[in-house]
Amino acid sequence: MSIRLYVSRDAGALAVGADEVALALEQAAAKRGIAVEIVRTGSRGLYWLEPLVEVATPQGRIAFGPVTETDVPSLLDALASNTPHLLRLGATDEIPWLKRQTRLTFARCGVIDPRSLDDYRAHGGYKGLERALSLGSEAILNEVTASGLRGRGGAGFPTGIKWKTVAQAKADRKFIVCNADEGDSGTFADRMIMEGDPFLVIEGMTTAGLTVGATKGYIYIRSEYPHAVEAMNAAIQAAKRDGYLGANIGGSTHSFDLEVRVGAGAYVCGEETSLLESLEGRRGLVRAKPPLPAHRGLFGKPTVINNVLSFAAIPFILAEGAKAYADFGMGRSRGTMPIQLAGNIRRGGLFETAFGVTLGELVDDIGGGTFTGRPVRAVQVGGPLGAYFPRALFDTPFDYEAFAARDGLIGHGGIVVFDDRVDMRKQARFAMEFCAIESCGKCTPCRIGSTRGVETIEKIINGERVSENLALVEDLCNTMKFGSLCALGGFTPYPVLSALKHFREDFVPAPTTLQAAE
Amino acid sequence: MTAVYEPWDETRGAEIIAEHSKQEGATLVILHALQEAFGYVPAAAIPMVAQALNLSRAEVHGVFTFYHDFRHRPAGRHVLKLCRAEACQAAGGDALAARAEAKLGVSLGHTTADDRVTLEPIYCLGLCATAPSAMLDGRLVGRLDEKRIDALVAEAQR
Repeated sequence: MSIRLYVSRDAGALAVGADEVALALEQAAAKRGIAVEIVRTGSRGLYWLEPLVEVATPQGRIAFGPVTETDVPSLLDALASNTPHLLRLGATDEIPWLKRQTRLTFARCGVIDPRSLDDYRAHGGYKGLERALSLGSEAILNEVTASGLRGRGGAGFPTGIKWKTVAQAKADRKFIVCNADEGDSGTFADRMIMEGDPFLVIEGMTTAGLTVGATKGYIYIRSEYPHAVEAMNAAIQAAKRDGYLGANIGGSTHSFDLEVRVGAGAYVCGEETSLLESLEGRRGLVRAKPPLPAHRGLFGKPTVINNVLSFAAIPFILAEGAKAYADFGMGRSRGTMPIQLAGNIRRGGLFETAFGVTLGELVDDIGGGTFTGRPVRAVQVGGPLGAYFPRALFDTPFDYEAFAARDGLIGHGGIVVFDDRVDMRKQARFAMEFCAIESCGKCTPCRIGSTRGVETIEKIINGERVSENLALVEDLCNTMKFGSLCALGGFTPYPVLSALKHFREDFVPAPTTLQAAE
Repeated sequence: MTAVYEPWDETRGAEIIAEHSKQEGATLVILHALQEAFGYVPAAAIPMVAQALNLSRAEVHGVFTFYHDFRHRPAGRHVLKLCRAEACQAAGGDALAARAEAKLGVSLGHTTADDRVTLEPIYCLGLCATAPSAMLDGRLVGRLDEKRIDALVAEAQR
């Protein structure tokens, strides 16, 4: 009898020893004369349990974790003799953290072999594209619009409207571009889906192509993600072999080809116009809008540029219908959001759920607070350009408008947790520092403002004319917010101003210190 | 595992450039390919890229210097990248970075005098739920603590 085991090949799992565990399983099994088949999947996203080992049983998969190399012999013995093991977590699907989620986009991630197109199809893959081919462009646009899907990269622009604009544009060539330059700290959903379910991204982009009449697509992946690059390239080759890319997709008259392009370490290239410049082989300088990329995008042609998660949401919407997606969520935020819990957190990972869950539920209840066991003091939501929220704002529901109303943003859905040892002056300085390092240099508020920001916050930290300099920082933030060309300069004020507003005590010395100084 | 690079060779460089120059927007693709072969982008290659793509040298130089990834000179034998973004900061990354700097005697962004180790910051490896994280010559390591960072530094110094 052969035992089928599942071990993740996701970069996050590899970083904590998944390869070593897989190898140890193979060796220990051979030594014991047990036949094992090890399937390398993506990650389920329960990172505190990685390396997670799952075993196939007639009752479904049973999970064990976190497994180290030294646990392997006892684990195999337990499996072979059907006896209990300390690391046994029970049925994977019944793990509460996973069971509480609504996995529409991440339904297959961690379940299937990401290198196998057959596995993808066996789990519902390409159903959306099949239906799309039978619907035709206009009906697809209606579905996407009715689903309420908004750009998951952070800006939250309605995807249906974007696609419609490109569909209506007249041009000899149009392009589909996938923004996989996931540079925000605290986010890894794009990486996970590209590594764990790459055909999903291909299916979403192919659907976009046939909807708007584009025959070529590019996936721009950041160079910090070599495993995602490899996985996407392998999937593209497999899709080409099986007629899902190239001429006459799925026997239709539509053609669509895909190419991976690798970034080169510039954060600003996550901004769509900068990304397009980079794809064209230039410095990643932000373009002024208008013209919108939908009118004049890549190589001056109408271009759909969407985030990985936006494309990845499309196959479900088409396979199950717009309503099935729009039934989830709150207000104008429809569907689900793959939220990423990160930083100093006990149970970090990928939590896909309908919009509307509160920040407090996410951090305390689902995330389990900090892994250091200390009180949570601040959480940064939405990456380096997102605001720092104190516990007082933990009732904020996860929703584009609700976060905006509290001077924050949900961005790409990353939540970074800090404990009570955080020095918010340092975090504010870092926000400016990061902007200074990554500014493309095109507009003055961002290029100069960020450097002046670092200097001024430095003065505050050193206790130099604190109240004057605080006023100066606020004024500077205002200039950056309204005077910058893109979100890098425009949103860097969010972390800075939120730190000043909600954590004022870190910036203004306590009265006793003042007296002592005098 | 140390990457092995070829010494700069003009003919080989021209081959690499020719291989990719027909692609649309090929500049980054070519610079990546050159760096993969030689470990850096040799100054002599810039005018060659410009010629192949019908661009000015200044344009190619501009692209080359815009992106953090492209190297002007070869890195040390090992490259240790420490994630310095917020999620890793929240998980104690600042102290670990300082520890690595002290052990290697260089600050982030520099190479040790014996050319063995280049220590670099990286802004997010996307391993934010297993922070703090690092990459040693392409191998990822998460859940760093003092013991693990010491082991990584020692491995890089070998």
